[in-house]
Amino acid sequence: MAADTFLGRPISPLTRRRIDNFRANRRGYGALWIFGVLFALSLVAELWANDKPLVVRHAGNWYVPIFATYPETTFGGIFKTEADYRSAEVQRLIEDEGDGWIVWPPVRYSYDTYKKDLPPGVGAPSPPTAFDNWLGTDDQARDVLARAIYGFRMSVLFALVLTALSAVVGVAAGAVQGYFGGWVDLVMQRFIEVWTSIPLLFTLIILASIVEPNVWWLLGIMLLFEWVAFVYIVRAEFLKVRNLDYVRAARALGVLDRHIMFRHILPNAMVSTLTYLPFVLTGAVTLLTSLDFLGFGLPPGSPSLGEMVGQGKENPQAPWLGLTAFTVLSVMLVLLVFVGEAVRDAFDPYKAVDA
Amino acid sequence: MTVTTTTAPVGTRTDAGDTGALLRVQNLVKHFPVRTGVLQRIAAWVKAVDDVSFEIRDGETFGLVGESGCGKTTVGRTILRLIEPTGGRVYFKGQDVFALRGQDLKRMRKDMQIIFQDPFSSLDPRMPIGTSIAEGLHVHGTKGAEADQIVRRVLGEVGLRPDHARRYPHEFSGGQRQRIGIARALALRPKLIVCDEPVSALDVSIQSQVLNLLNDLQKEYGLTYLFIAHNLSVVEHISNRVGVMYLGKLVEVAGREELYANPLHPYTKALISAIPMPDPTLKRDRIILPGDVPSPLNPPSGCRFHPRCPVAIGICSEQEPLLRNVGQDGAEHWVACHLVD
Repeated sequence: MAADTFLGRPISPLTRRRIDNFRANRRGYGALWIFGVLFALSLVAELWANDKPLVVRHAGNWYVPIFATYPETTFGGIFKTEADYRSAEVQRLIEDEGDGWIVWPPVRYSYDTYKKDLPPGVGAPSPPTAFDNWLGTDDQARDVLARAIYGFRMSVLFALVLTALSAVVGVAAGAVQGYFGGWVDLVMQRFIEVWTSIPLLFTLIILASIVEPNVWWLLGIMLLFEWVAFVYIVRAEFLKVRNLDYVRAARALGVLDRHIMFRHILPNAMVSTLTYLPFVLTGAVTLLTSLDFLGFGLPPGSPSLGEMVGQGKENPQAPWLGLTAFTVLSVMLVLLVFVGEAVRDAFDPYKAVDA
Repeated sequence: MTVTTTTAPVGTRTDAGDTGALLRVQNLVKHFPVRTGVLQRIAAWVKAVDDVSFEIRDGETFGLVGESGCGKTTVGRTILRLIEPTGGRVYFKGQDVFALRGQDLKRMRKDMQIIFQDPFSSLDPRMPIGTSIAEGLHVHGTKGAEADQIVRRVLGEVGLRPDHARRYPHEFSGGQRQRIGIARALALRPKLIVCDEPVSALDVSIQSQVLNLLNDLQKEYGLTYLFIAHNLSVVEHISNRVGVMYLGKLVEVAGREELYANPLHPYTKALISAIPMPDPTLKRDRIILPGDVPSPLNPPSGCRFHPRCPVAIGICSEQEPLLRNVGQDGAEHWVACHLVD
């Protein structure tokens, strides 16, 4: 019998069945692909939404401003600071005097590009225009599309890192509690109950008055509260599995506790954790968005969907703000939930594969 | 009538030292606490094993029988230190098992293994069976090609093919899985194997295969078995000596022939009368015990069997009978009953 493989690794028939089950859920499988493509595109957002050109040809030389920094003097300007390619003066220097040309990304704005050339009589937020700001600008004259793209990336990356870190901490804590039980379990359980009664929002407000908030601070503080989500399920799984005979057999063989925990019990306890992961991910996205909305999230200027929602609320006369944020958020969350449902179904031992 | 203490029932021995027995269980006690409330205060004790003593000699099979919940599994697990005892002593090859720590305990585990009842929960579903079998070898320092070779050999010994080592447990039947469990126990070449109802979960046709396999392995490697079962005919097939447990107490210990031919304790009599006979024309008097086994939370006073005993008298509910040897001419037959003399 030839061993079954997936992505070059040998897999058990059980894993094969789960993969088949996941694929059989067309909605979830499709959602994973769409989400994957969107996320991959957002990871290279600098290549297609940027206020610097991809390639510049000037006086017979090639320049790649998205990867390198060139002072304006390179193109014959007077400032020694980086060239502002969006300014008419720099464009004139490159195209007219240097006999060159500029290749722009499809979206000529980054998330922190301030549009300085709004037409007369139009203030920020400015409405969408066909060839420039496809989704308009926000109240600081920044391109909404660019901010949505970078905001999407920020949300997903933040949620992924937060979920991964809290899974590591939560699984380890739950494993220790469930495996050793008794007093260890009792003390940690009471600690978690007290800990979870601390409100995250107030902690953040207090901390914001003490420290300069940045992404890592925010990540750390949210991690302090998020890991708890995994403890209960992992603890329950460990409590169940530690009484199975194969764990007793391992103990009778003299296997060390930590090897029993991580070699025997954890792989068997991971199923419920894995099915839970996508929903923690969506929770993390929502949490970050709501904190940004309230102004206690990412530092000002960061690309943030929550901040965009807030701007939509402040500027009801500019519906493109709220609508964009709403659409990006709901598409992202719906895709993640579909993926999560498919993962859950794939690990469902009672679900038969539709042939 | 000779009245002795409740130490190990081996007739010829009087001193407390080494008797040549491989395993000596002395006054073993295991009480499980029942905890309630937020502070987990201990509200009561489940007296799973209460003052049990016996010996197992090198190379023999000691059968331990009793109803579900009588504590026989707890005895087996406590001997292996899978459960910490409440009291008593266990000597294995003259060594105090309960005093062992760290490396000494690990070394002892090499000599004592266990086979479980449920062949489905006793193997890690995510581990190829070869890895499961080799795990004990790795822990005790045998690695690489040498371990692989041992795995292949023990798989052959239990009647499986060496190339099965890479398969997962779900690819095997219950009987095959039980053989894998035996192979895992066997890989370390132990002296003693605790067989915790190894055939109760198997089809009758498979049961005899596994029992014969255990017999063959015993002859070949000089293994000693503590064979725990609730089925008296299975125990009769495999044991040299048999102990009968009721509610955490040993009520009778004797050689197999003696016990089956001449049961003395009323509980043993009832159990033996319940063994099905293959001859339907044979008429027997079945002893039907009234009621259920009482809760070990609050066991009956005196003889724990007295509420269900067909022959109980006044003293039975007042005084606990001691396990004493009533065997004739140096033979051993231990029984804990006021009515036997």
